[in-house]
Amino acid sequence: MAQPLSKQDVAHVARLARLALSEEELEQFTSQLASVLEHAADIEALDIAAVPPTAHPVPLSNVLREDEPRPCLDRDEVLAQAPDVESGRFRIPRILGEAP
Amino acid sequence: MSQSFVPDFASAPTAAAVASGVRRGELSARDVLDQYLDRIRMREGQVHAFNLVMEEAARARAAEVDQAVAAGGDPGPLAGVPVALKDLLCTHGVPTTCSSRILEGWAPPYDATVVTRLRAAGAVVVGKTNMDEFAMGSSTEHSAFGPTRNPHDVTRVPGGSSGGSAAAVAAGFATVSLGTDTGGSIRQPASLCGVVGAKPTYGMVSRYGLVAFASSLDQIGPFARNVADAALVLDVIGGHDEHDSTSLPGDGPQAASNLGRGVEGIRVGVISELEGALGIAPDVASRVREAAEALAAAGAKVEHVSVPSVRYGLSAYYMIAPAEASSNLARYDGVRYGLRVRGDDITDMYIATRSAGFGPEVKRRIMLGTYALSAGYYDAYYGKAQKVRTLIIRDFEAAYRSFDVLLSPTAPTTAFALGAKMSDPLTMYLNDVCTIPSNLAGHPAMSVPFGCGDDGLPVGAQVLAPALGEPVMFQVAEVLEASAPARGGES
Repeated sequence: MAQPLSKQDVAHVARLARLALSEEELEQFTSQLASVLEHAADIEALDIAAVPPTAHPVPLSNVLREDEPRPCLDRDEVLAQAPDVESGRFRIPRILGEAP
Repeated sequence: MSQSFVPDFASAPTAAAVASGVRRGELSARDVLDQYLDRIRMREGQVHAFNLVMEEAARARAAEVDQAVAAGGDPGPLAGVPVALKDLLCTHGVPTTCSSRILEGWAPPYDATVVTRLRAAGAVVVGKTNMDEFAMGSSTEHSAFGPTRNPHDVTRVPGGSSGGSAAAVAAGFATVSLGTDTGGSIRQPASLCGVVGAKPTYGMVSRYGLVAFASSLDQIGPFARNVADAALVLDVIGGHDEHDSTSLPGDGPQAASNLGRGVEGIRVGVISELEGALGIAPDVASRVREAAEALAAAGAKVEHVSVPSVRYGLSAYYMIAPAEASSNLARYDGVRYGLRVRGDDITDMYIATRSAGFGPEVKRRIMLGTYALSAGYYDAYYGKAQKVRTLIIRDFEAAYRSFDVLLSPTAPTTAFALGAKMSDPLTMYLNDVCTIPSNLAGHPAMSVPFGCGDDGLPVGAQVLAPALGEPVMFQVAEVLEASAPARGGES
């Protein structure tokens, strides 16, 4: 049985998921997620170590096609939907610790 | 009961009748469309089925269909049929929001394969329907643009997540519509809105251009007023698509191929675990018992069957679906499309964008999935859930050695009041207890209206079939439809 969910766990998961939660959200999510995990205790308790997992309903394998050039999405049309672009590329805020 | 916005189904033409009339030049696609647009104008304010009504584009398209017929051409099996699309199916140049602020205003640069196929069959798209944000929910209340209301009683929810598509058909805003079903999101709203809704076998319908929620569970399927129309639409949108690597090879079975054959000798198993336990209301259980009796009276061999692991479906699903969602929704980062909220550096920008753009239920699912996949918990939750998935598949396989189809309720209750289940997510999740097992197995299942509950609101019976069992599933559904008690108490 896993440990009960704490507020610290929820704050940690929020950081992993790139979400900022208010103190109120943190409280609410902790109790709500705990109740879902409590419900899932029914499967946690099952002794099914020997059962193979199913990740997908159909057996998947790579699907390959001939490596021939084909038309793709129009670059200008795609970039027109982006929040910020520069010189035909997506523009993003700085990714390193200091300003360029 | 509050006013019903459900038109008289018996007098309105089916999709098959519209297409047949338009193809023969006896009906004009423009006239057909006008009737639907009139109803939308009068009643959409109360129902809120749509995020976007595409009046101008629909009129242009209907005119094209009429011109094609006038020129001696055949626009196809859905000629002039007004269809509504759940707002997570990509439409080229037309906003596709998933009912989320994070995609508000985004116009996809391509059409989903199902949209291409509907248009190629002559259909007229009337609009994009409201939904629970990113298809996460069972009531359409988790929409950033406000809830859809049940056309039978606007104080009640239409179900979800494809509530707008179900309500659009029930209210006569479209002849047929498309939704998506990850854990019951077509079947449950079909049940609550008194229409037919089908989730096909996983891989039957291309997911290309469907904005992903849980990729191993999501399938697109039809809503219709009757079983034959649902089969007609499924046969138009189904079949292999090279753009979806999980699309099954070949054309697959034709859903309509066994219609009209009756159920003489068909073996029907009533799932014991879903008869009365797990929160299933007594009135719903009674209707399903009557549905089983009706099939027996029509010549089917009806018996009870135990599918023990279905009771673990809910827990497994609420680990697997959020886990896949947490991965799929990582793409909403404010870089390539949709909302961006500025931050000092890129991580701040990600966090600001996602925190402002996602609603509470989407955040909850992302959190749950991230937790289930995180170090130390993966084996206990996600790994265990994947094993339960195997158990459910095995139990279904065992049942289908003795039965052609299975029968259960679609939803535990009739439509509930707006707001009734919003404060407790687990209560909302319990709506999916009967529908989830088919998604986990990748099997087809559909909901057919079968009478009313004690409150006069529609009840749905669910027909389940093994993978690629669509022909027998629709065959049985058609007999249920014919033997369903007449709905009383409606205008």
